[in-house]
Amino acid sequence: MAWIRRHLVAFAAFAVLIYMLVPNVIVAAFSFNNPRGKYNYVFNEFSTEAWTSPCGAQGICESLGLSLRIGVTASLVATVLGTMIAFALGRYRFRGRSATNLLIFMPMATPEVVMGSSLLTLFLMLGVPSGTGAILIAHIMFCVSFVVVAVKARVATLDPRLEEAAADLGANPFQTFLRVTLPLAAPGIAAGALLAFSLSFDDYIITNFNASPSSITFPMYVWGASARGVPVQVYAIGTVMFLVALVVVIIGQVLSSRRNRQVA
Amino acid sequence: MGEAGKGDLRLVALTKSFETFTAVHPLDLTIPQGSFFALLGPSGCGKTTTLRMIAGLEEPTGGRILIGDSDITATKAYQRNVNTVFQSYALFPHMTVFENVAFGLRRRGDKDFRAKSHEALELVQLGQVSSKKPTQLSGGMQQRVALARALVNRPDVLLLDEPLGALDLKLRRQMQIELKRIQQEVGLTFIHVTHDQEEAMTMADSIAVMNAGAIEQLGDPATLYEQPRSTFVANFLGQSNLLKATVNLGGTDGVVTVRSHDADLEVSRSHLPDGASEVWLGVRPEKLRLGESGGPNHLRGVVRDVSFTGVATQYIVEMPWGQELTVVQQNDGSARAGLAENVTVSWAAEHGFALDASQAADAGAELVEHG
Repeated sequence: MAWIRRHLVAFAAFAVLIYMLVPNVIVAAFSFNNPRGKYNYVFNEFSTEAWTSPCGAQGICESLGLSLRIGVTASLVATVLGTMIAFALGRYRFRGRSATNLLIFMPMATPEVVMGSSLLTLFLMLGVPSGTGAILIAHIMFCVSFVVVAVKARVATLDPRLEEAAADLGANPFQTFLRVTLPLAAPGIAAGALLAFSLSFDDYIITNFNASPSSITFPMYVWGASARGVPVQVYAIGTVMFLVALVVVIIGQVLSSRRNRQVA
Repeated sequence: MGEAGKGDLRLVALTKSFETFTAVHPLDLTIPQGSFFALLGPSGCGKTTTLRMIAGLEEPTGGRILIGDSDITATKAYQRNVNTVFQSYALFPHMTVFENVAFGLRRRGDKDFRAKSHEALELVQLGQVSSKKPTQLSGGMQQRVALARALVNRPDVLLLDEPLGALDLKLRRQMQIELKRIQQEVGLTFIHVTHDQEEAMTMADSIAVMNAGAIEQLGDPATLYEQPRSTFVANFLGQSNLLKATVNLGGTDGVVTVRSHDADLEVSRSHLPDGASEVWLGVRPEKLRLGESGGPNHLRGVVRDVSFTGVATQYIVEMPWGQELTVVQQNDGSARAGLAENVTVSWAAEHGFALDASQAADAGAELVEHG
């Protein structure tokens, strides 16, 4: 009894960990299933078919490719814009600064359904055709907010005296930005970019409002397929995505712990 | 203009005003090439603003800055051959010590940056840590990296903004000697901003004492200390006993007598401001002697406090009119006094200085920071 009481925190932590990881484990396990019928809910027999022919299901790889393209483009553009906005908000005092600060948070606070439908209305009014272009515009818009928040937090911790020191040592404003400011802000920018990519890649609601039949993203494909039976390949791709995210997180942890060890 | 040395730094009516106040009143100053110059004053006196204007980090609202005959007022910080050792060091945390030091040379495209940077690191005795990150070093070492990073560029003027402020006392003493040595070795013009009068006196060839955005007095440390021209300088640079006195007419060539609390006291004529009649007669505590051996000036009082500090003993002697004089006597075997003892305090005419009595006796005293 005493032993259990002493390790209560460990038990709780373990339980939470299981709670969080079980879905991923199930997905990974069922990616090796050869389902009987169209529903992949009961483990029938072991098969590597999903892994050997991941594009086996019709349209799956097209949608995955589209999602990746949109994710990369949207996160790149949002990162560049968001970084500039974050520096402007973090470094300068100008008229409309607090209003901008507030407006930047709006896309994060607005329910996605509202934003998706209002964007669709706007696009229809302006004659912007639904499809990849409209999806990109929408994704960039909400990703910018998250990038701004991530980068701004980093900018706030930057010592402006370091830029003065660089200027003092003969670096012109461009060199100062490139050699001092940017490397120091990099962790925030990287975090913002990753967040933007995962948000864009993952988005269903806003995307669905603004999509056309020729722009089916991966989340839309999965949602559509779930009605008539999700192909095993979705499980395999999902597992890969989980593993990629895991690797990115581990790399980040290793880098930051190495940095901390140097500081200590 | 022709008489200015080739690399002298000249400030001509340099001014910085903000909307509500003037940080630096029109300031004229020539700092000779190769000298170790200190700008000394309490916080908020405008010394750091002056420094930042020389560095190009702050734009003056008036006046000019010249190095030799070239006017650098309108140039940007990165165009000036002036480098700063910042108070917080401002080392680049993402670069190694070597990269920090080489930063300036590389920006200038110096092909020889490797050898020069290592040489600068040797000069500050940090050759062995060149591949570490600044955060891995102690405060004293970071300070030396900051110094090497500025020195390596051989600037026309090297600015030091309270460079030793963050170090503990022992390390600070050590670095003072070190800085002086390095300055003599490299022969660059150093301008050192500090609020620590001891630090300024230890290192600088000449000191400008600043107060409220203007230079109060300029001179070498000994002159400032022995012959302050204002109560502010007298109080800011060490302790002073100030006696209210009236100048007597006449006197001999070298000496004037002043009357203070029914005593006639002598003071060197050269230490008296012209035409003054009411003065503060000042004497430094270590110039006073217990007994009559100090000189012709005698005052009698009662010992109220004795504190033994090792090399010296400090006495507080209360005068009949209530004022307390501080006497610091070397422990060189001369007579000691006990509490409540009646004593005579004496000093020589040349050890006193007189200041115009229109100033507050305690100006600047409350601003001295003991750090």
